[in-house]
Amino acid sequence: MNITLKIWRQKNEHAKGKFVTYKLDDVSKEMTFLEMLDYLNEKLIKEGNDPVAFDSDCREGICGMCGLYINGRPNGPKKGVTACQLSMSVFKDGDTITVEPWRAKAFPVIKDLIVNRNAFDKIIQVGGYISVTTGSAPEANSIPVKKENAERAFDSGICIGCGACVAACKNASAMLFIGAKVSQLALLPQGRVEAKERVKTMVAKMDELGFGNCSNTGACEAECPKEIKLTNIARLNREFYKANLS
Amino acid sequence: MVTLNSKIPEGPLAEKWSNHKASIKLVNPANKKKLDIIVVGAGASGASAAATLAELGYNVKVYCFQDSSRRAHSIASQGGINATKNYKNDGDSDYRLFYDMIKGGDFRAREANVYRLAEISNNVIDQYVAQGVPFAREYSGYLTTRSFGGVQVSRTFYAQGQTGQQCTLAAYQALMRQINAGKAKMFTRRDVLDLVVINGKARGIITRNLITGEIERHSAHAVVFATGGYGTVYYLSTLAINSNVTAAMAAFRKGALFANPSMAQIHPTCIPVLNEYQSKLTLMSESLRNDGRVWVPKKKGDKRPANEIPEEERDYYLERRYPAFGNLVPRDVASRAAKERCDAGYGVGETGLSVYLDFKDAINIQGKETIAGKYGNLFDLYLKITGINPYKEPMRIYPAAHYTMGGLWVDYNLMTTIPGLYAIGEANFSDHGSNRLGASSLLQCSADGYFILPVTIGDYLADEIKTPKISTDTPEFEKAEKAVKEKLNKLLSVKGTQTVTSFHKRLGHILWSYSGMIKNENGLKKAFKLVSELKEEFWKNVKIPGGLNELNHELEKASRVADFFDVAKLIITDALDRKESCGAHFREEYQTEEGEPKRDDKNYSYVSAWEYTGEDKPPKLNKEELKFKYVKVTERSYK
Repeated sequence: MNITLKIWRQKNEHAKGKFVTYKLDDVSKEMTFLEMLDYLNEKLIKEGNDPVAFDSDCREGICGMCGLYINGRPNGPKKGVTACQLSMSVFKDGDTITVEPWRAKAFPVIKDLIVNRNAFDKIIQVGGYISVTTGSAPEANSIPVKKENAERAFDSGICIGCGACVAACKNASAMLFIGAKVSQLALLPQGRVEAKERVKTMVAKMDELGFGNCSNTGACEAECPKEIKLTNIARLNREFYKANLS
Repeated sequence: MVTLNSKIPEGPLAEKWSNHKASIKLVNPANKKKLDIIVVGAGASGASAAATLAELGYNVKVYCFQDSSRRAHSIASQGGINATKNYKNDGDSDYRLFYDMIKGGDFRAREANVYRLAEISNNVIDQYVAQGVPFAREYSGYLTTRSFGGVQVSRTFYAQGQTGQQCTLAAYQALMRQINAGKAKMFTRRDVLDLVVINGKARGIITRNLITGEIERHSAHAVVFATGGYGTVYYLSTLAINSNVTAAMAAFRKGALFANPSMAQIHPTCIPVLNEYQSKLTLMSESLRNDGRVWVPKKKGDKRPANEIPEEERDYYLERRYPAFGNLVPRDVASRAAKERCDAGYGVGETGLSVYLDFKDAINIQGKETIAGKYGNLFDLYLKITGINPYKEPMRIYPAAHYTMGGLWVDYNLMTTIPGLYAIGEANFSDHGSNRLGASSLLQCSADGYFILPVTIGDYLADEIKTPKISTDTPEFEKAEKAVKEKLNKLLSVKGTQTVTSFHKRLGHILWSYSGMIKNENGLKKAFKLVSELKEEFWKNVKIPGGLNELNHELEKASRVADFFDVAKLIITDALDRKESCGAHFREEYQTEEGEPKRDDKNYSYVSAWEYTGEDKPPKLNKEELKFKYVKVTERSYK
């Protein structure tokens, strides 16, 4: 099929960006979205043009490195996929597809479609862990965990840190990202010990880094490639109130 | 000639590690503060090593090419992690895990290293549980396990099909905690392009900042490479597309030996190649073979949909050929068996290059819900990629390049032949022989990172406490930086007509065809010639847009592909030298009447450790003889 791409091009963080239009013929429906961009880049290189810069690594939806705003939605029209898992079969011959980077104050553009997501690491650094020094762990079965809690912790723990939630949110809030980590650790007895301190430091860091607040529109849940639930934000709020009231 | 000293401690097998820990040198806490360590790579092994070293008090600097340590490809490991807890009371023990790995590796791994791994396995699980890894549990709240290939006990701990993700994130979080504590510093979006050796010791690295293009110097008292495997040399593989061998090849050129390069694992259960633009292949966890049954039609070229082929017309060829292990034979065996059926014309799908992995019986017996609990996310992943629902139709799978058992040669302390340079995780060669068993790579990289390296590196650093901070203003750094710049500028100056990716694809095709699941002498010789010619063509005709001092993905790729040519030549050279079949290394000339690998223990019971002798010159072979004192070396049978 033949498609038209409108892609955001921006030389670096400080340069002014703009949309550039590319016509691309012979796109196969079997390609993934990123393979389509690979195909475009091969063509651009051969023509002596600068290829479009975009991030990707595992290409199987688990590393969280890729992430594109496609036709006004994080990772395009399909639910529960990363950009690398999005199949071109969701588009039709003759379609025009708009491709932009994540847009958020806390994620400055580095080049074209690549953004800087170090803010996520900074949030984890202040408390997104259980402080157990190597060697000091007790025998694994000495900490029984309710099966249900272990499963819910897993459902929160599968966040890939891609930033789609922030990109989807009109306030560029990182509440789903933080809520997922706070929930995973709060649901486990091992993680309860530091629960109060953790939620306080992570939320404070989120505010400091320029992420917005949650206004309950649920766009993050709708666009999360791992379909992480909004209930993680509810738990984050509960943990936050608990920590500040006692 | 390098003298290979594996430094295996004296004493009985089960006491070696304890004795070693009790006798090696220590660095006191006050002195640790004065010592710097560079860790390259930040996956399960790199992040766990960096976090643990920082906890001990060393100053740690960590480098990775991704934008965060959390993206390293350990994150994609699916099925699980082995340990000898024996929670199932099914007769497991350290010795049994040790034996399974020695046999699974077809008697080409080092006994002492493997036993140590078994001994440490329980500490690894304890550590991850304490860090909050949500492993699968029973209703009682206790941990549960499942089985994996090549093994008759249930010792694999798992978090659905995302065990690697959960473990890698635990290690990442431990590292983030140390960054917050000011003991570790992270350098993301950096390619490590050279190793700096001063007076025979590893003292630093040369990196390229992938955002600005700046070439940088970094120094330390010791350097740890946790850079993963080189399976992307095949172009299509289950690895992340940016995984590369550049740091390991830099070490090789500076004197580190490269061991068993031809030992590459082709994983049997991957989603088959669907189109010519495909950039990678996706693994379907081996754990699926616990409940999935592998089959092809009994009739050649049977084009009926899978569900219309009646039971009696299906050939469950693994169960037929290997009744004792059935669908749970090791990976190399399962891969060759799939290739054999497809080559014989029984393969399914458009191309005939795939076999079925069927869950019909498991769903009928255990119920859909139970199967979803075990493999739900893998089934979803498969559906997303192929559009086929594995709850209703069998999956189609085919082998793909996955893991490299070969890597930098290390001694028992995980030190390479360059003093002060360590290699951990998949980057070294140590524990998997000629075939890795499932769920043992997460174990190995975690054991190396959390529990082995942080102890053994002290033995070296104890003699470095009087060495002041290493200056980067030395002729060695100057020279290394200049060489890196020259190489990159040379690549940019070619200004040819073909893209980097087109060369990488061609290289992968050569290796897959002649040095993949089945090899022979003529094919390997041909492959060597083809790779040499392709390398020459690359340096004359590659086209790289942009410049050095900017974000330039094509330049990054070109620099990596340049090293893939050299590792490909090493792979082929090693495969030619090893005139036997063992594990994943299958030479057509050396097989039993039943088509199984035929080892030659008299002549090839060694680790081949290759030494660099100059650009495009044949490397020199060093041999580490393997002695088996605690297992009886037998024919590896899964029948």
